[in-house]
Amino acid sequence: MRLYDIEITSPLLLGTAQYPSPVVLLDAIAASGADIVTVSLRRETADGSGAGFFDLLQQTGCRILPNTAGCHSAQEAVTTAQMAREVFGTDWIKLEVIGHSDTLQPDVFALVEAARILSNDGFKVFPYTTDDLVVGEKLIAAGCQVLMPWGAPIGSGQGLRNPGALRAMRAHFPNVAMIVDAGIGRPSDAAQAMELGMDAVLLNTAVAKAGDPEKMAQAMAQAVEAGRMGYRADPMDRRDMAVPSTPILGLAELA
Amino acid sequence: MKIIVNAVPHEVTASMLAAALDELGFTSRAMATALNGRFVPGKDRKTTALSEGDQLEVLAPMQGG
Repeated sequence: MRLYDIEITSPLLLGTAQYPSPVVLLDAIAASGADIVTVSLRRETADGSGAGFFDLLQQTGCRILPNTAGCHSAQEAVTTAQMAREVFGTDWIKLEVIGHSDTLQPDVFALVEAARILSNDGFKVFPYTTDDLVVGEKLIAAGCQVLMPWGAPIGSGQGLRNPGALRAMRAHFPNVAMIVDAGIGRPSDAAQAMELGMDAVLLNTAVAKAGDPEKMAQAMAQAVEAGRMGYRADPMDRRDMAVPSTPILGLAELA
Repeated sequence: MKIIVNAVPHEVTASMLAAALDELGFTSRAMATALNGRFVPGKDRKTTALSEGDQLEVLAPMQGG
């Protein structure tokens, strides 16, 4: 999978929030096999713990994808992205512009506006978007080479609410790297996203809030791999009725 | 002068951003600053003047999804 100018091996991107401890986080990252982890920027505390967290992540060797989580306007997201570029030393940005505080649904109008400003400023934008084709087109026109449609609301663990829309996106943008971001709850959800032909899955809560985050990270890694192989193997078409798999020819008459 | 730092009012004697950060005890190598909603790069902090009532945000790496 190529994300902008970088070739990435693992189809699993992992968030770093909500883990019971830093040790569990590191174990989960290792078990997931992720090449990319997401981070955020928040107000610096008196103890300067932010630098320690950054050091911890750098030990993993993973590429850092900072987010603009919590931003509700294009201006806030652009400023946050500029700050993230300086702190993390990367021009990659997971662009979130939240439009609704209950559903954490993207404000796609502000998203496109911020994506254009940031792309023009040299950022490589990973937009957290809906599964709307027209918005996808506008994000690509704004300079995005990756699309990150939601599976379900952030942190909900509902799985893919609208697989048909994601399938349509895959068909409509065959050459754009596509990552399902948000809503994954179980390994089967991650496998389903990959079976639809997505290039990768980005998840956080499903691993961090599992009873055993390390084991769930491993399960997710296997699920995305299975889903990817399944897609490449070209699954059979669904049928409405049963079709016997055992040959009819040569069946004995015993009645 | 009084400025707002990460939503908390502070009294600072420094007139430039870099000196104010030192005065406030922000010494981390991994932090970024914004003044009144606009990003101020690290290289510009010494030449960025503060005004009464300015809103300063000092951000650092944190866990994120």
